[in-house]
Amino acid sequence: MADAARDPIRVGLFVTCLVDLFRPSVGFAAVKLLEDAGCRVFVPSQTCCGQPAYNSGDRATTKDLARQLMAAFEDCDYVVAPSGSCAGMLAKHYRELFAGEPEMAGKAQRFSEKCHELVSFLVDVLGVEKVDAHFNGAVAYHDSCSGLRELGVARQPRRLLASVAGLQLVEMKTPDVCCGFGGTFAVKYGELSDAIVARKTADIVATGAPTLLAGDVGCLMNMAGKLLREGKPVAARHVAEVLAGMTDEPPIGQPKPETKA
Amino acid sequence: MSPRNEILANIRASLGVTGTEATRRLEVDDRIQRAPAGVIPARGQGDAAAIAATFKLEAERAQASVAEVSRAADVPAEIARYLRDANLPASLRMGEDPRLAAMPWGETAIEVARGPSDGHDLNGASAAFAAVAETGTLALCSGPENPTTINFLPDNHIVVVFAGDIVADYENVWKKLRAGYGKGVMPRTVNLVTGPSRSADIEQTLLLGAHGPRRLHIVIVRDG
Amino acid sequence: MSAAAPTSSHFKDNVHEALRNAPLQKALGHVRANFIERRAEAVRRLPEFERLRDSARDIKDHTLAHLDLYLEAYEGKLGELGGQLHYALTAKDAVDVVLSLCRERGAKSVTKGKSMISEEIGLNDALESAGIEAIETDLGEYIIQLRGEAPSHIIAPAVHVNGEEVAEEFRRAHLHLPAGRDLSEPVQLLAEARGVLRDKFLNADVGITGANFLVAETGTSIIVTNEGNGDLTQILPKVHIVIASLDKIVPTLEDAAQILRVLARSATGQDMSVYTTLSSGPRRPTDPDGPEEYHVVLLDNGRSLMLGGEFEDMLRCIRCGACMNHCPVYHAVGGHAYGWVYPGPMGAVLTPTLIGVAEGGQLPNASTFCGRCEEVCPVRIPLPKMMRHWREREFERHLSPATLRYGLAFWAFFAKRPTLYRFASDIAMRALSLVGRNKGRFAALPLAGAWTRYRDFPAPQGATFQSRWRAKSGRVK
Repeated sequence: MADAARDPIRVGLFVTCLVDLFRPSVGFAAVKLLEDAGCRVFVPSQTCCGQPAYNSGDRATTKDLARQLMAAFEDCDYVVAPSGSCAGMLAKHYRELFAGEPEMAGKAQRFSEKCHELVSFLVDVLGVEKVDAHFNGAVAYHDSCSGLRELGVARQPRRLLASVAGLQLVEMKTPDVCCGFGGTFAVKYGELSDAIVARKTADIVATGAPTLLAGDVGCLMNMAGKLLREGKPVAARHVAEVLAGMTDEPPIGQPKPETKA
Repeated sequence: MSPRNEILANIRASLGVTGTEATRRLEVDDRIQRAPAGVIPARGQGDAAAIAATFKLEAERAQASVAEVSRAADVPAEIARYLRDANLPASLRMGEDPRLAAMPWGETAIEVARGPSDGHDLNGASAAFAAVAETGTLALCSGPENPTTINFLPDNHIVVVFAGDIVADYENVWKKLRAGYGKGVMPRTVNLVTGPSRSADIEQTLLLGAHGPRRLHIVIVRDG
Repeated sequence: MSAAAPTSSHFKDNVHEALRNAPLQKALGHVRANFIERRAEAVRRLPEFERLRDSARDIKDHTLAHLDLYLEAYEGKLGELGGQLHYALTAKDAVDVVLSLCRERGAKSVTKGKSMISEEIGLNDALESAGIEAIETDLGEYIIQLRGEAPSHIIAPAVHVNGEEVAEEFRRAHLHLPAGRDLSEPVQLLAEARGVLRDKFLNADVGITGANFLVAETGTSIIVTNEGNGDLTQILPKVHIVIASLDKIVPTLEDAAQILRVLARSATGQDMSVYTTLSSGPRRPTDPDGPEEYHVVLLDNGRSLMLGGEFEDMLRCIRCGACMNHCPVYHAVGGHAYGWVYPGPMGAVLTPTLIGVAEGGQLPNASTFCGRCEEVCPVRIPLPKMMRHWREREFERHLSPATLRYGLAFWAFFAKRPTLYRFASDIAMRALSLVGRNKGRFAALPLAGAWTRYRDFPAPQGATFQSRWRAKSGRVK
């Protein structure tokens, strides 16, 4: 547990490309949550964890990006990302990347051990049990695949959401089924991805909840994009925004109120 | 090179071995000899009464019907009752199993035919080599005593299980086989049967009586 | 008759067809609903399940690491039983062995238990071409044989066919039965199949089955069925031919029991299939029934070369089908879309190995890596990792589509240059945000057509996180 008075835990925030580029408010929500829990947050100059290259079979580029990222986050106690898939990349796949190179493999192994997804870091490592936030209404929560299956993130967001005043979690029939994003899969196999996400949006809408939350902006952009195309009235946000009580920004894919004609 | 030698050579090349390494041979010989058991579920375990109860429970879960009689001599009457209640004719095909042969079939109206089935029998009876509590499974061995065709061709299959032959798990069936036939020796066929024949191939609807028996009735003999 | 040439390279077209196939979509609904819950229930009821998965994996790994020696042991035992072993290096070799065994015995009709290996080698087509009637006896296989289709699932081959379609096929094929008969219920269809196939079983010259296991300790082949068709296939004809791939070998009966405990539970959610049959050679002198001859055709077809390599773990596969039962891609399009014998995640890994990357390379790409397959695989095969290996091979050989390579190269160029990345991304996102500010999203966007065809593309919030962070704190780190 962090003892902010003495030696605050030094957390390197790996915001991830999608948060950095598309939804910075998630990054700020992550900072607030970490600082409230007594961490000192650093944001080293950063780009990509290499996952798109990795899943496309380009190991060389992935290794270059991995080395770069590990160097950037060298002196943090922990590296925390508001994304199950990017955190999974760091925590589980970096060590496989350097399989034939003992020195780098050891370095990657040690690095991996300090990498975490945001919400599970708060609950499992820092022992956070509740947040001081309110959010009125019903909410559906989607378990992003990597976070769930690689990192065991499931119980933790639900725990913290349960502490949000006014919030009512309504479970989908199958919250743990893939939303069909899969990174480049969504564009390489668009029709197939669409069929999968259509099933997911039907499940979301069936909950009756006006808000969808998840821990990965990629999944959220996919689901929000489909909900919007289908004209379904569900607002999508990253779970960190709600937990941090920072929901001033419009939901994903929706405009700022004042710019509406 | 013969296909055999080419395949073995490929395997050895892929594994980076010559095939003559002593440690590897020892490991293989040892495993085959010792046949180590692995993980055995707790479900089937317990004393004789417990495993008999578990066997009955699991067999019924698998859609078999189960009856219990006190003595071997009570079996024909129980089978006659079963056939009557199921509106089936009182005829029965069985093998030369001495345990079955010793039963008082004459005390019933059942017409007994002996030998393998050729597909014209409605009802067949066998005596089990063993019964496995873990999953309600019967172990039936081929041979003149209990021809394999009787397990599959008749519409209805009745299997007599002597309580002493109920074991907790499959490992005990293997032990019993080795004790009866020798290490590394098997009868031509061992059928492990769990319930009546079924298929869910049509619209995922579970139906009994695909190609094998539609009904499986098990008679447990308590004293024996 | 199985499908002729693979269509795996036309995966996207297959997907397109499958999504429009209403009866298929309805059937896939059953797959989603049933298989998953049944497996979950069986697992819940068995506290030792996870340890059994580890045990099954370890047995397979050990066996594969000593496959040459276990094969020799198995061979020796089979000889003692009076069985005959035929090694087949290629699919064609296996077909040739079976054909000559059938011809030499003047076989006119062959009954078949379900065997994925027989599909892999195209056995039925070869038998038919040789004028030998080959009758599938597993109900699902029988149905698709009548329809001239390949199986769409490795354990429920006709899962894509509905009741009306089955009735139609039966009316077309069973002309000796009264035309006006009622076939509206599954139970009637089953009874009809039972009657028709019973005759075939009794009159077959040769019975061909697969094998779930080949036990080295005793020379035994083990098959697992619910119907009993595999049994009638092997005990009634004079000749029983077992056709199995090398990786089916296990050392002992105890090892088989370990794997049996996870097989049915993973496949259908049953604790045990109805018939688990251990066959050891031809009939003995005292046996009143059983085949007079027992042959085992052992197929390699590239498996010996997988050992010691990147795809070795795939040889652990026990053909349970759990992976496809849990796969969102399989749920969306079913098995035929994969274009060959093996569908779902295991098919995505195995198909390029068996028919080549050029033909099968789409399959390992059509995955989101959701990981459910690996989560349920009873022998813990890291399926997404294997699929990624295929993608690596394709990347190295420049087989990935050009647009993707360029897109990734463009991205990588910036990602490797953090300062440039921050600068360029900030400008781009501010611009994109400005353009999209009215609606907050794009229904169409240049270069993002593949996305916007089906979904809106959310607009970014504007300046990037890193630029805002720096502006806020003036901090570099």
